[in-house]
Amino acid sequence: MYSQGLIGADGKTEETEEFLAKFQARIDREEKIEPNDAMPEGYRKTLVRQIGQHAHSEIVGMLPEGNWITRAPSLRRKAALLAKVQDEGGHGLYLYSAAETLGVTREQMTEELLSGKAKYSSIFNYPTPTWADIGTIGWLVDGAAIMNQIPLCRCSYGPYARAMIRVCKEESFHQRQGYEILISLCNGTEEQKQMAQDSLNRWWWPSLMMFGPHDAESSHSEQSMKWKIKRFSNDELRQKFIDATVPQAEYLGLTVPDPELKWNPEKNGGKGGYDHGPLDWDEFWRVVKGGGRMNVDRIKARKKAWDDGAWVREAALAHAEKRATRRTQQAAE
Amino acid sequence: MSNETPLWEVFIRPRNGLSHKHCGSLHAADEVLALQAARDTYTRRGEGVSIWVVPSKAIFASDPDQAAENFEPGVDKVYRHPTFYDIPEEVGHM
Amino acid sequence: MSAPLFNALLELADDHLILGHRVSEWCGHAPLLEEDLAMPNMALDMIGAARSLYTYAGELEGEGRDEDQLAYLRYDRDYKNCLLVERPNEDFAHTMLKQLYFAAFMHPYWEAALHSSDETVRGIAGKSVKEVAYHIRHAGEWVVRLGDGTEESAQRMQAAVEALHPYVEEQFHMSSDAQAAADTDALPDREAMRTQWTNTVSNVFDQAKLTMPEVEYPQLGGRTGHHGEEMGHLLSDLQYMQRAYPNMSW
Repeated sequence: MYSQGLIGADGKTEETEEFLAKFQARIDREEKIEPNDAMPEGYRKTLVRQIGQHAHSEIVGMLPEGNWITRAPSLRRKAALLAKVQDEGGHGLYLYSAAETLGVTREQMTEELLSGKAKYSSIFNYPTPTWADIGTIGWLVDGAAIMNQIPLCRCSYGPYARAMIRVCKEESFHQRQGYEILISLCNGTEEQKQMAQDSLNRWWWPSLMMFGPHDAESSHSEQSMKWKIKRFSNDELRQKFIDATVPQAEYLGLTVPDPELKWNPEKNGGKGGYDHGPLDWDEFWRVVKGGGRMNVDRIKARKKAWDDGAWVREAALAHAEKRATRRTQQAAE
Repeated sequence: MSNETPLWEVFIRPRNGLSHKHCGSLHAADEVLALQAARDTYTRRGEGVSIWVVPSKAIFASDPDQAAENFEPGVDKVYRHPTFYDIPEEVGHM
Repeated sequence: MSAPLFNALLELADDHLILGHRVSEWCGHAPLLEEDLAMPNMALDMIGAARSLYTYAGELEGEGRDEDQLAYLRYDRDYKNCLLVERPNEDFAHTMLKQLYFAAFMHPYWEAALHSSDETVRGIAGKSVKEVAYHIRHAGEWVVRLGDGTEESAQRMQAAVEALHPYVEEQFHMSSDAQAAADTDALPDREAMRTQWTNTVSNVFDQAKLTMPEVEYPQLGGRTGHHGEEMGHLLSDLQYMQRAYPNMSW
């Protein structure tokens, strides 16, 4: 699950023009770049940062949904949710591995996350107070993530693209899982319907913000597009998401909390699409910069798991060393 | 550095008759834990019947800067391919 | 009459549900990411077995109760799980040891159940026996590493042994329902698992440099619904939705 327009990478690079032109030509020929290939420093840094943010988002993303595993209302839902949250962990693992091909270690990335230096998708700084949020996250947050992630399967950097192919394959059940939860609620009692509507009210705008700032405000977007790390602009993907999602909300009988939402037949080059109201960018930046309801708690939870687990990781390493020593001794005898 | 749990490369045989294929990496303190982690991470959807794990530091890779001298000389040796040779059709499949 | 088998199946189902619940509490909080993947696998095995057992128990009962009604809608005294599985997670050492103790029991149990007189039980056993075999390995390897790792880990591991060992004995006890189910060969005799349990655990303890304590006062009572204080908190989590919003489908 992910993701939001990359925040904070400048894509600066200092190589000769000839080198850069040659590299760009490879990208333009749709050649994949592989780990040891020569690459501009800006390309490498942008990827490290983006893949790192993406991985952190998966890991932090386990928390809001993990909040409901022990309280899931049926055993079928419980099993599906456990499998889904486990998948998020797996996706974080694949992505950390992809970033590690670029010369950073998982430990380094983890420390950056825990120290607050590295960002992750702001969507996970919103709380999940009700069971309906598990449905809405699957439907909207995973839905938005899929929109973002499918183009990343064709990203120019090989290990990232391969990780994303695996992620997208596994994630195909996540959105359906969430939507099915909401179908149950919307076919249920008045309380259940209200729970679903309340959840949509809280998640709709944050989901739209997952695509990142407007193209005009997104300075590093252009370089990422040129390097084919990114294939569509933030606004294009956001529009695609809205157009796909509004009919799904209608099917559920829920109201999208945007009074300005209106079908516009002229949009998308005459194919039609939805006009929507303005996003609250103050809110967006407030949460990005640490002011969301859950920012502090999320990092605290991750830090606790990491710190509490230190003795386990140390014990495993100590034991590995003993085993290796014993083996050498046995071989010498 | 010594404090970091080592990195492993994971290879999975999807089913008997096929070779092991690289499918990803993971961190583990030793080979037993690495095999278990590979099982728990990479075979959750019935992806395989056999696992190899290899310490990442045991892998030596060819230098991409030598790719041209390594691999291009192999591309133009057309006589290594069956289609290079003309056999009359009457002879049948060969 | 199937009432004893129904009750004996509930004992088994509750064991799996409650242990699965405990393991699932780790999801997202494990000591390393690889364990964040491993522990949900174990929890899913546990919950999967619980679902099959509840479903079958409900069919035998014939009163239309499904897996969720049995899992969610009983009072605390009606849960028949052994006390071992409800013990809090504490730390990774406790958690892995609890899993080892349980799996070391369930593996020979399911093996014996492969020859049950009851076809459905044989089916559940066939699936579960492989799952718990892996749990023995996974948890066992961790117990070895923590027992023979650093000074701190060895202390924590031995502390977990001292804390959980009093709860082992109950696994071998036979309730009257379990006895009735054993008399018809529907379910195995729990007492018969003692030797294999000891072999499995001793083998791990030898490698882990742990000592098996003598237990003077075993802790019993789960099978008659006499649970510890932690069980009520577990149930208030587990049952929250079903209790707060009764009679709804989710």
